[in-house]
Amino acid sequence: MAERPSGKPIPRVDEESKGYWEACRRHELRVQRCRSCRRLRHHPRATCPACLSSDVEWVLCSGRGEVYTFTVTHQNHAPGFRESLPYVLAYVELDEGVQMLTNIVDCSPDDVKIGMKVEVTFEDVTDEIAIPRFRPAS
Amino acid sequence: MSRAGIAIVGAYEHPTRWAPDKTAYQIAAESARGALEEAGLTLADVDGYACSGVGPIGILSMCHHLNLAPDWFDSTAIGGSSFVAQVLNAAAAIRDGLCTTVLITYGSTAASDRFAVGTGGGTSGDPPDHFEAVYGPTIVGAYAMVAQRHMHEFGTTSEQLAEIAVTMRRHAALNPNAKYRDPMTVDDVLASRIISSPLHLLDCCVISDGGGALVVTSEERAKDLKTAPVRVLGGGVAARHSGVGVRDITDIAARQSGHKAFERTGVRHEDVDLCMIYDSFTITVLSTLENLGFCAPGEGGAFVQGGRIGLGGDLPLNLDGGGLSSNHPGMRGMFLVIEATKQLRGECGDRQVADARVALCHGTGGFLGIRHSGATLLLGRT
Repeated sequence: MAERPSGKPIPRVDEESKGYWEACRRHELRVQRCRSCRRLRHHPRATCPACLSSDVEWVLCSGRGEVYTFTVTHQNHAPGFRESLPYVLAYVELDEGVQMLTNIVDCSPDDVKIGMKVEVTFEDVTDEIAIPRFRPAS
Repeated sequence: MSRAGIAIVGAYEHPTRWAPDKTAYQIAAESARGALEEAGLTLADVDGYACSGVGPIGILSMCHHLNLAPDWFDSTAIGGSSFVAQVLNAAAAIRDGLCTTVLITYGSTAASDRFAVGTGGGTSGDPPDHFEAVYGPTIVGAYAMVAQRHMHEFGTTSEQLAEIAVTMRRHAALNPNAKYRDPMTVDDVLASRIISSPLHLLDCCVISDGGGALVVTSEERAKDLKTAPVRVLGGGVAARHSGVGVRDITDIAARQSGHKAFERTGVRHEDVDLCMIYDSFTITVLSTLENLGFCAPGEGGAFVQGGRIGLGGDLPLNLDGGGLSSNHPGMRGMFLVIEATKQLRGECGDRQVADARVALCHGTGGFLGIRHSGATLLLGRT
């Protein structure tokens, strides 16, 4: 995994994930839906992990969800993160029904609660990559 | 069990906890010597070999290092639970005639290499990592998210989690080789700094050097050996992850592997005299006990209180002091099996569980709240 100047890793864009990252670059959060069994999925995969179909569409998400669980990270020796402590690692459950690992930002870590309503916000880290994170819903 | 009996006939835990003067391979080799010697065997008797945590084809380097040319080998890589699973794999291989005598080794210098196992970062670069690593997950963070959800759903408290660490420390005081042996209280745990909320420093396992080895063979062959054989009753393995992207994070692999283990062996929960539960973090123990079915989901907090899991309690566990106080060089599954074997042989002195007949080992590997494995192994006195 490549690193950006801050030291945090930059995700690799590959054949299976480029639809996701291209949407993120436009500041759209999209998840895959199998056109065969209609199951939503995240992270993106070319082949449906429910029915193995390759027929897929990208669903535009509302960008809204709630915190399913979280932790306030006070120790991480990895470059890019050790300078950012404390930060919130969380699973957010999107209104569409899938969970994603993310960060909760734009609030004090002490204010994060399970069940808290959140909305997506994007950080442009390169010309190609924007990282979706979540902040308290407005 | 009507199937051909398989037994553990050698179990050796390396006494070191800090070995800047040794290599990981050396610790593994010294452990192999210990386990083979107590069985009265030599390397020439070994025709099956297993190890883990050694890199993609590291098992070949280990074979080279030990001058082994086995008929069967296994480098299962499912994290710290690997060695527990490898006992089951070895038993199946021996039953199927692929080999007769399996050596399983482990060696690590995590502590003297200054490797911060739980918070050192580092990812595999596998496809899912590209949707995770950017957010800064740590191993402890992945377990902490399970603890946070458990507290939210069931009202589990930090005091209840701390009780687990305090009990492990009490056991460590009875183990001369344990890394930390000074008495510790619930207040000490709660006063230690937060590493990843809600887990404190003393909710986390130690980082040590160390290693160990096991020897597995048929019960028939075991009759000619020096040690009292410990019977491999059976077990199960499982994996948990978020699949399509939906998971109940408190449902862990132990539910599946434990169910299979009890079902396959006919052992009932009330038959289990002691448990060796991977205690990477306090929440690992609580979640594992619930998912193995020793108590209902959500009842783990109350279950671990009141001395139940301590020596002399109804379900004593981690008599060696566990990863929380004795040793944790990165992959603790090996030590679960070694201590269970020694308990069933009645060799554990001050920390011996009286009249121990059946022991359950459960290893957890990987990141509990993200992707992890579980391996359950039931052992019995012969």
